[in-house]
Amino acid sequence: MRLELRGITKRFGALVANDHIDLVVEPGEIHCLLGENGAGKSTLMNVLYGLYDADEGEILLDGEVQDFEGPGDAMNAGIGMVHQHFMLVPVFSVAENVMLGHETTSGPGILDLSAARETVRSTADRFGFHVDPDAVVEELPVGVQQRVEIIKALSRDAQVLVFDEPTAVLTPQETDELMAIMRQLKDEGKAIVFITHKLREVREVADRITVVRHGKVVGEADPTAPDNELASLMVGRAVQLTVDKEAARHGENELAVENLVVARPDGQIVVDDVSFSVRGGEILVIAGVQGNGQTELTEALIGLHPDLQGSIRLDGEELRGRSVRKVLDAGVGFVPEDRSTDGLVGEFTIAENLILDRTDGAPFVRAGSLQLGLRDEFAREKVDEFDVRTTGIDLPVGRLSGGNQQKVVLARELSRDLRLLVAAQPTRGVDVGSIEFIHKRIVETRDQGIPVIVVSTELDEAVALADRIMVMYRGRVVGIVPADTPRDVLGLMMAGVAPESEGDAA
Amino acid sequence: MSAPTVDGAPTGTSDAPRTVTTVSWKTSIALAVVLALYALLLLLAPREGSARFSLSTPTDFFQLPVYVLPGMATAWVCAAVAAALLVVSVVATRAQRRTPLWATGVYAAALLVGFLAWAAAGSPRDLSVVGLLGGAIALSVPLVYGSLSGVIGERSGTINIAIESQLLAGAFTAAVAGSLTNSPWVGLLAAMIAAALVGLVLAVFTITYRVNQIIVGVVLNVLVIGLTSFFYSLVLVPNTETLNSTTRFEQIPIPFLERIPVVGPVLFDQTIVVYLMPVVVFLVWYGLFRTRWGLRLRAVGEHPRAADTVGIEVLRTRYRALLIAGAVGGMGGAFYTVVSINQFGREMTAGAGFIALAAMIFGKWNPVRAALAGLLFGFATNLQNVLSVVGSPVPSQFMLMLPYVVTLFAVAGLVGRSRPPAALATPYTKE
Repeated sequence: MRLELRGITKRFGALVANDHIDLVVEPGEIHCLLGENGAGKSTLMNVLYGLYDADEGEILLDGEVQDFEGPGDAMNAGIGMVHQHFMLVPVFSVAENVMLGHETTSGPGILDLSAARETVRSTADRFGFHVDPDAVVEELPVGVQQRVEIIKALSRDAQVLVFDEPTAVLTPQETDELMAIMRQLKDEGKAIVFITHKLREVREVADRITVVRHGKVVGEADPTAPDNELASLMVGRAVQLTVDKEAARHGENELAVENLVVARPDGQIVVDDVSFSVRGGEILVIAGVQGNGQTELTEALIGLHPDLQGSIRLDGEELRGRSVRKVLDAGVGFVPEDRSTDGLVGEFTIAENLILDRTDGAPFVRAGSLQLGLRDEFAREKVDEFDVRTTGIDLPVGRLSGGNQQKVVLARELSRDLRLLVAAQPTRGVDVGSIEFIHKRIVETRDQGIPVIVVSTELDEAVALADRIMVMYRGRVVGIVPADTPRDVLGLMMAGVAPESEGDAA
Repeated sequence: MSAPTVDGAPTGTSDAPRTVTTVSWKTSIALAVVLALYALLLLLAPREGSARFSLSTPTDFFQLPVYVLPGMATAWVCAAVAAALLVVSVVATRAQRRTPLWATGVYAAALLVGFLAWAAAGSPRDLSVVGLLGGAIALSVPLVYGSLSGVIGERSGTINIAIESQLLAGAFTAAVAGSLTNSPWVGLLAAMIAAALVGLVLAVFTITYRVNQIIVGVVLNVLVIGLTSFFYSLVLVPNTETLNSTTRFEQIPIPFLERIPVVGPVLFDQTIVVYLMPVVVFLVWYGLFRTRWGLRLRAVGEHPRAADTVGIEVLRTRYRALLIAGAVGGMGGAFYTVVSINQFGREMTAGAGFIALAAMIFGKWNPVRAALAGLLFGFATNLQNVLSVVGSPVPSQFMLMLPYVVTLFAVAGLVGRSRPPAALATPYTKE
């Protein structure tokens, strides 16, 4: 089925998310939609899928204009979507999720589960993978959940398949397997739209590339175009794809974590006997697929998990068992993984957020009263220093873009006297310009002789920033290796395969 | 193409995530505290005489004797049994195992028997076990129907705190419609319609206008109390003969079965509304977990956006759920005026809707468990009635607390981990 979008325009208030976008996807073709976070790719696909109403423009399938009232119409017309955030009901089984919305029934409205199981099995068999139709979705690894999404679309006989940032949650191996599935779908004659911001993947599977920036199509490119050409097309200017840094100069400070064990309230161990050390002046990147214990490890470091075993020593001082306040006072800076829920109070102003961690005394609080003048002066200084793009320090922080929000968090955390910096996913959902800035500040912090821990799920970022890389899998440390370790070795480590020779010498 | 199987994870590390089991001491501590309070009661207020338990009714196939037990001795024996079970619990917890369910069950039964022996000691009247159990079933009717109403509504993602108002509206309407037509069936039907209308109002405000669900629920409760009280004084009281004196459902004894001692009169000499109860529980369970309607309903309560992306009308599904929930709740409301007594009284539901809500939570949003919890709470309510009949030493005002105390303990301590529907209380918007 041939998909054509003509002049799609979608506005949210003053913001034009899609500005007259044209796109043609032929059957048997993988068409890449390349663009930064916030470029309008997902909005476009939500218009295609009937989730949003376009303000202008039309959608054509095999030359016929479509009018989608909702996702149900789009689906019936043959459009299937693998969503970035899976549209699966976590407590339902695979079969229930696949049948939902077009249930096979026997008798009046009575579910025919065995037919649904058969659909799951036969579709999975076609692609040579195995999914248990009775498994509960939330208990499956994300890679498998994604296949359930694919099965869901195929079971509805989708002819146009949209993959929205499908690789964000996958290991490199799972990504390769997904690519294979996509090629197979292409060979079956499906039209495939592949949305991503990762150049490597584009190069691997794309037949055609359309680059989107600020809601507009800025160009088409060939899959053979060099990386920096694609990147500059995507960002709109020349970008540096690597991080400049000199060799690590080790300082005196040291964080030593020994035999750390963190359990969830239900008893499952999420950080399992983890030991490592970071010395002043080096960046240790904790790599791994999301959900392998990195979140809990960083939270444990700053005292958010009261029940711990093992020890966390910063310059010989035991941090375990201290309250968060005392850990911060010991000189630990923390950039949490999810800035909007853990890092900032969205309704508070930039100035208020900047002093959020120092409201217990001088200089910003005297005799129980906020020192507003001092606060604002401090805020203005930090906004300048960290290049926060804002109309003023009184703006609620939630109104800033992701990158600028992250700069506010970073500004707050770096403005104390630090002896350790822990930054979890510091560049997630951040534009390329801000990523460069944030990386620069993290490297500067390292160069001041402070131990730095960065959690990243993006292999590119890990390799660019790290002096050493520690890979976690299912709560355990697979290995700690130098930053120049080959990618395929790192990829295997992210899937739990230990490297042949441990490079834990640094 | 030969892709590797997805379940077979790469080799290298052993696979299943390790777990630590930390069995909490909560159960043991709770058992110990309750036992201590019970022992204190026996020590501080010892009672003379014997307790008389009667098990039979005159129509049974054969007559069981009236058991006369020495009050204090029985009470202490029961305390000893409970203490032994406390030891079982402590030993189990020490060994990192959960307290077995039977131990908790027997413990509760022992303390109950002991307490009854103590309370009924010295009373000239027999404590009728049939009356205790039969009454418990009757009193649990509004709780069970109410909790089912809660389960249906909340499974679809709307907090149904308005169960109380559905019961009350049902009771009022059943009284009026039943009196006008002299038919309890019309009363029952009218109650279902009235309560479904309450559900509709809840739906309009929470689903269409996305008002905070708890606030709408509370307001509805207050509104229905006000409306029914107003019309009761203004219309029903002056016209009691025509508008507020219903024909009740007859008890339908099931031949033979009703003459089995204890079980017969308790289970097989009830009204149609009671007999319908297990049927409705089953239907709701089957509907929720085995039909297309239930699958879609649960989907919009767990992940409405996922449901939307497969073409399910989220809002319509939620509306329908609340209407059905209301109708089921109305059946419970009808109990008050076409089953229990034959007229409506001001605020006669007296908080049953909130206990039904607790039963729903205690039952972890599962219709069968919620119904069982409703039976438990009904038992607690009737225990208080029975004890006042035999002349219990506990002040009746104090005994009135019993069902609420049981509810509180049950909900706070014994539920364990339960997980409400993920999208509960979240209105759905398409962005």
